[in-house]
Amino acid sequence: MSRLPGFLLRRALKSVVVILAIVVCNFLLIHAAPGDPAMVMAGQSGSADPQYMEQLRRQFGLDRPLIEQLWIYLKGVLHLDLGFSHRQQVGVAQLILDRLPATLLLTGMAFAIAISGGVTLGALAARRVGTWADSVITVIALAFYATPLFWVGLMLVLLFSVHLEWLPSFGMTDPGLNQEGFALWLDVAKHLVLPAVTLGLFYLAVYARLTRATMLEVADQDFVKTARAKGVPEGRVLRAHVLRNALLPVITFAGIQAGQLVGGSILVETVFAWPGIGRLAFEALLARDYQVLMGVFFITSVMVVLFNLLTDLLYALIDPRVEMA
Amino acid sequence: MALLRRFLRHPGAVVGAAVLLLVLAVAILAPVLFPGSPWDMAGPPFAPPGEDGMLLGSDSLGRNVAAGIAYGARVSLLVGAVSTAVAILIGVALGALAGYLGGVVDDAVMRFTEFFQTIPSFVLAILLVAIFTPSITSIVAAIAIVSWPPVARVVRAEFLSLRGREFVQAAEVLGKRPMAIVLTDILPNALSPIIVLASLNTASAILLESSLSFLGLGDPNLMSWGFLIGSGRSVIRIAWWMSVFPGIAIFITVLALNLVGEGLSDAMNPRLRKRGAK
Repeated sequence: MSRLPGFLLRRALKSVVVILAIVVCNFLLIHAAPGDPAMVMAGQSGSADPQYMEQLRRQFGLDRPLIEQLWIYLKGVLHLDLGFSHRQQVGVAQLILDRLPATLLLTGMAFAIAISGGVTLGALAARRVGTWADSVITVIALAFYATPLFWVGLMLVLLFSVHLEWLPSFGMTDPGLNQEGFALWLDVAKHLVLPAVTLGLFYLAVYARLTRATMLEVADQDFVKTARAKGVPEGRVLRAHVLRNALLPVITFAGIQAGQLVGGSILVETVFAWPGIGRLAFEALLARDYQVLMGVFFITSVMVVLFNLLTDLLYALIDPRVEMA
Repeated sequence: MALLRRFLRHPGAVVGAAVLLLVLAVAILAPVLFPGSPWDMAGPPFAPPGEDGMLLGSDSLGRNVAAGIAYGARVSLLVGAVSTAVAILIGVALGALAGYLGGVVDDAVMRFTEFFQTIPSFVLAILLVAIFTPSITSIVAAIAIVSWPPVARVVRAEFLSLRGREFVQAAEVLGKRPMAIVLTDILPNALSPIIVLASLNTASAILLESSLSFLGLGDPNLMSWGFLIGSGRSVIRIAWWMSVFPGIAIFITVLALNLVGEGLSDAMNPRLRKRGAK
């Protein structure tokens, strides 16, 4: 434990470097794009009035040397100034901040579904390896692996909203009702089911396959044979010895996958009109509002970096050996 | 030949390969099967499947959904194959560099690779295509840029383990140039994981392309599966077939590619069979 702060410090430093690299990446993208950067930022669908262009030129210092421009841009981002959305007449940071809770709720729920369902199914498949239950779980995992996220969403809408009329397919709350307290929560929960399941199913398949594979790998190791040899009941061997050790790679992988989950939420939020930053990105895409799009890229990257840091911390606490890694 | 026999022993892989050939045939024969542009009106709008001579129905402008799917297969397979080729090229170059040279170069390349694996790849792909305006070139480039890291990692690992082997040392002693050693001694021995990755990567590239075109970032001149689903989305209550069938096309193609990839992986590394996954 004594070396833990050093380990975390190194990781935190690395995260800062990654975030800086992303800012530079954003900056280079604006300049690599064809045409005048101010023109690119203003968008191509006609809103490029001279006043706004002037404002953009000032903001990015476009008349100065490139390296100085980078410095101006970096300073802005460090002050959480992610630019201004001319279309919505609001700062990009404010726009994203308003939408963030909805996305966190959706991705958090989807993650919970994916990890609990995936580990359960994976463990079940590994326990019954070679039987029909194993085959069914493997096939389902393979199928979800091959299905586009947005299409799963649409099919769920078709089944549960259009056909069965059980669940709402649109938005986060019912706009017709002005609810408060518990009723509001219930309404949000009802609206959350389909998007969260859609986003969660794909990762559920990923975690199920991974859990199954690592459990089969761990089951071959000596300490498991020892446990069996000394007469530990089979269920306990699987739970306490195999599953516990198989979970570590799953956690690491989940940490790495966080970025994909956030990316997937753009598709899911678009399908279900869920008012999060994914939907914001889609709206920005339609309006060619690149400042907002870059802001979303920056924020999602920061979210992923923070999540990775959290995974590292968790991992270091669970398994002291990882410090060396 | 032994390889082929081991591959053929996988029922899933064989079915996958057959389906893939079928999709390829539909893509190639699209102009024969459906003469005329898939963008043109072929009958009344919103015709259900089977009516008015349209097997899979028509869309809101009376366009034939089946024709759209056939032409979409061309775009999906083309984007999948080309972007994978580019990704493999980048990945092999960087992975070989890191694995063969080691040391500082290895460190730098791996940091670079890690960076690309950290950032949300789909968001980056959207940003790239949006800024460089949607076209088949920008889509292929964006997909390649976000999908090379796993290739680089695998190639690096292969090179690390192969460069210390006797046959490589022998070539070095004989005075062979490093470039020649990399290309003629090491790379051929690292080929099997690269081939497996290529088939799996083509599958994910097709998924990525469909996601981009679903969001309206497809090449505006080309019919694609994602675009078909995207345009059917708002009328799903009255014309389910517009979004159901293109989705099935994506599902079948991607599944077939994944099955072929797994079959190849097992055929090439019989010892690794049990490890499965990832």
